[in-house]
Amino acid sequence: MSHGTPDPNAATGSVYDGLLEHHDVVGDDSAWAFGTDFEDPLAGVDTTVPDGVDAAELAAYCLMLGDDALVMSHRLSEWASNAPDLEEDIALANTALDLLGQARLLLARAAAADPSVVPALPEGSPVPAEDALAFFREAGDFRNVRLAEVPVGDFAHTVVRLLLFSTARLAVLARLRESRDPVLAAIAAKGVKELTYHRDHAGRWFLTLAQGTDESRRRLLAALDEVWPLHAELVSAHPTETAVAAAGVGVDPSEVAAEVDVVLEQVLAVSGVDRPEKGALAGVRGRTGRHGLHTEHLSRMLAEMQVVARAHPEGLW
Amino acid sequence: MVTTLAPARDVAAEVTDPEMPMLTLEDLGVLRDVREHADDPRRVTVTITPTYSGCPAMATMRDDLVRRLREAGYDPTVEVSLSPAWSSDWITERGRQALRDHGLSAPGPAGPAAGGVGGVGGAGPVPLTLLPVRRAITCPHCGSAATAVTSEFGATACKALYRCTDCLEPFEHVKEI
Repeated sequence: MSHGTPDPNAATGSVYDGLLEHHDVVGDDSAWAFGTDFEDPLAGVDTTVPDGVDAAELAAYCLMLGDDALVMSHRLSEWASNAPDLEEDIALANTALDLLGQARLLLARAAAADPSVVPALPEGSPVPAEDALAFFREAGDFRNVRLAEVPVGDFAHTVVRLLLFSTARLAVLARLRESRDPVLAAIAAKGVKELTYHRDHAGRWFLTLAQGTDESRRRLLAALDEVWPLHAELVSAHPTETAVAAAGVGVDPSEVAAEVDVVLEQVLAVSGVDRPEKGALAGVRGRTGRHGLHTEHLSRMLAEMQVVARAHPEGLW
Repeated sequence: MVTTLAPARDVAAEVTDPEMPMLTLEDLGVLRDVREHADDPRRVTVTITPTYSGCPAMATMRDDLVRRLREAGYDPTVEVSLSPAWSSDWITERGRQALRDHGLSAPGPAGPAAGGVGGVGGAGPVPLTLLPVRRAITCPHCGSAATAVTSEFGATACKALYRCTDCLEPFEHVKEI
């Protein structure tokens, strides 16, 4: 049986009618897939930089928070169709989607604060600023912590990484709700609600794996040992973070270190797991992820993430 | 020729959510404002707010609003409002009934301050919850209170997966946030 051209006037049309219906609106291709058209995620939002705040510093700070979310989101999304069961597959994909949404808003906020952070693209390119930042920067321009970029290990590795990541990010965003920048405050207020679910999810799995079988516990302890050296970076301040905290628009992550510790101690204690003794992964002359100093893994991840967008800088998706 | 347009608010209020089409954007609490411009009665600015940061339905909501308002004779602009952040508490009673009528469980009060779960109360650190979330919800199929959570994450960002341990049917619960 062949499928003829759907007749929108027919009483019983085909499944394509819903799509064609939208094409009554000239130039509206949005119905063909989610996100095929571009729009500003901050449309109508007042992005004026607050008084006494350095726009370049605010943008750099938004890139830090945005890149953490973007890179972590990408790593989590690598679990799609690979998780231990369908429910977990969906849970990790949901978590990745929340973080991708946060990244999009934060990168758009960075671009609105200081357009000079956005890579130059060919004249007439339809790529919006947040996509240009995600897909057209080199690894050295990313400001994410290294914890977000290391490759996906086994499931225990992801549980440990997500617990450390979401605990620190939740503590930072909880304070960021009081930012003098109303855009950052709003992004944080929504992010806090999402991260509460992420952290609880990771914490429950940490406990489950620790108190599960000998094998699950062995894997959890191995993962904790491997990931722990990347934890310190999450609660250490880069000068940009110190500066935006002083200006009342950002949060100094070292100030939430004690609070993060309380939560982690709670999870470790109930799980019967000792705090690892390994020290922090060294930077290079004090430079770490926040300075653009990354592991080799980020370049490889970006190569995969960016290849299609870079091949078609004038493409419409 | 004199034409009378249906009030823009009424037109926008009828647009449904693309992922939960039993709910209008108004019932979902996503439609924040519909403003007709005094200088040009055909121009209208609609403000919507995302349920979740990464909600992939935002573009479709916007396009549906634009399409319906244009059909009604308006020249619409859709803007985004991020603050205050959307809460499941904003789903109207009519919306909750529509969810139940379609086999979905409606959210309880959000946030510990409201005696609920999932949301966040005031300022300060957010408490960790390592035990499974306890919600007093009933099966939308058989009405039994014997329900168990399968996963806090479902097919869309706003839903958790549940099952009824009496009739054994799975169902979705719109999460508190």
